[in-house]
Amino acid sequence: MTALSLNSVNKSFGPVEVLKDINIEVEEGEFTVFVGPSGCGKSTLLRLIAGLEDASSGEITIGGDLVNHVPPSKRGIAMVFQSYALYPHLNVRGNMSLALKQEGQSKAVIEERVAEASRMLDLDAYLDRFPSELSGGQRQRVAIGRAIVRQPKLFLFDEPLSNLDAALRMNTRLEIANLHQALKTSMIYVTHDQTEAMTLADKIVVLRDGRVEQVGSPMELYNNPANRFVAGFLGAPAMNFLPAGLLADNGASEIGIRPEDLRLDADGPLTVQVKHVERLGGDTNLIGRLSGPMAEAAQGEAGQITVRLFGQHEITLGQELRLGYAAEKAFYFDSEGGRLKV
Amino acid sequence: MSSARKRPFNTLAMHGALILYTLIALFPVFVILINSFKTRKKIFREPLALPDAESFSLVGYQTVLKQGDFFLYFQNSLIVTVASLALVLLFGAMAAFALSEYRFRGNLLMGLYLALGIMIPIRIGTVAILDLMVSTGLVNTLWALILVYTAQGLPLAVFILSEFMRQVSNDLKDAARIDGLSEYTIFGRIVLPLVRPALATVAVFNMIPIWNDLWFPLILAPAEEVKTLTLGSQVFIGQFVTDWNAVLSALSMAILPVLLLYVIFSRQLIRGLTSGAVK
Repeated sequence: MTALSLNSVNKSFGPVEVLKDINIEVEEGEFTVFVGPSGCGKSTLLRLIAGLEDASSGEITIGGDLVNHVPPSKRGIAMVFQSYALYPHLNVRGNMSLALKQEGQSKAVIEERVAEASRMLDLDAYLDRFPSELSGGQRQRVAIGRAIVRQPKLFLFDEPLSNLDAALRMNTRLEIANLHQALKTSMIYVTHDQTEAMTLADKIVVLRDGRVEQVGSPMELYNNPANRFVAGFLGAPAMNFLPAGLLADNGASEIGIRPEDLRLDADGPLTVQVKHVERLGGDTNLIGRLSGPMAEAAQGEAGQITVRLFGQHEITLGQELRLGYAAEKAFYFDSEGGRLKV
Repeated sequence: MSSARKRPFNTLAMHGALILYTLIALFPVFVILINSFKTRKKIFREPLALPDAESFSLVGYQTVLKQGDFFLYFQNSLIVTVASLALVLLFGAMAAFALSEYRFRGNLLMGLYLALGIMIPIRIGTVAILDLMVSTGLVNTLWALILVYTAQGLPLAVFILSEFMRQVSNDLKDAARIDGLSEYTIFGRIVLPLVRPALATVAVFNMIPIWNDLWFPLILAPAEEVKTLTLGSQVFIGQFVTDWNAVLSALSMAILPVLLLYVIFSRQLIRGLTSGAVK
């Protein structure tokens, strides 16, 4: 069954078109991530689904019901905000139970659901505290708890990890993944961070300038990007884009090679002067500039190249290296940024 | 703040300035208070002396309590002030919420129109207001005063409150909408508690001019049974003779309720509830 389907949805604020002809299907129980650079319309799209904004045209269906004119609270959704948006004058228990009280649930039901959510999220010790007495991670857990107690058909997360520090972000990411496993409810998650998208998603929707660029599983998108934007957006470090001129004669204007697909090769076609080395222990990242015959064709940004090598390597700055790659690992793009399948 | 705390000289200078200001501000009140407890002769002979056994007298208070219906005036003033404040805060907050929360045609224009009221003194319209009150039969009722003061207070209230309400996180209101709260509940349960400090500010700013006003009570409600305290105290000020004991006593007593209201509101002024609402 389809948990959510968007049918040629458009949204404009006055003359500005924010979302253009969005068509997305989310299956029951699926973890879908909307990812894209800031300003691509992903948060607006989430607000449309939540009912906080009205679509200019198109159909939004949640669990089979058309919800275009249904108020947020009746849509069977729950949302977790980037800023947590906890009610400051209510304690944790009050925050979690407000929606249920509003629905007119009985005291026993409220108590039971709050207890269950707090057990899942390890919040038992904090139920009587106020939001101002909690740390960022705890506040985020309360915000998630507030969503869980409503037992929605669809969870919406709006960049829930952006306000957390790196270590906590990873923990919370794991918690959200576990939560999804435990609840088996459909979730939609908005982020600008491709790592979160890759690690959490069953399905990724890449957005740019209000359009869907590509939809697919993380590995589909990684192995088979539809265009240069998707190729460059997913994967860290990002894909290298080189002028195709000397490397291919199939009409491509650019070649994309992922940093991990480059290897040291004395007979390789690329010559690189090392500018910077990042030693991560398990990996070594080289950042260099193209030199040799290709240097002229690749000025500025285009001349920078990142190589990800396994293990530890003795490499000095300024050293010239020859690099090679397997032809089947290269992606070819035309001058418009579209992918050329070769 | 922290650097000032570390340096004793700065702290001293800061406190010195504040104490000096406090003394200057409180001096007239102090003079009124001490003189209200003195005999008429002593008031004129030594206005700055404290009342002692010889000069102590309660004649002013006795006059005030006997002559004129002082408690009625008191009650009138209190009703007018409290009712006006309540209406200003209620309507001001509702208008501010609408202006800050909803996108509608003419939003900006409406805001500017309301802000205009801050710049144009309401007294300019006294004649028209009197006309209006006469034709609606509200002259010599407390309602005349309450309505006028509400109108007078609204522009500033809307202006201040809408600024504060814009600062309340949108996510918070959206979260409440998703939780199924109605717009009225969001207004009452989420936004109002968060702008409580602003409400207190508006209340204090409006309270004192209303309590002290002589103009509108004199024109709109001069009848004995609806006289306010300020107007009532005027009976002691004559063209040729002024009963200073009574005037000073009446003024001293008039300070009390304002002081009380101020204490109530100032607690809210200090309390900052927003901390921890959003990061």
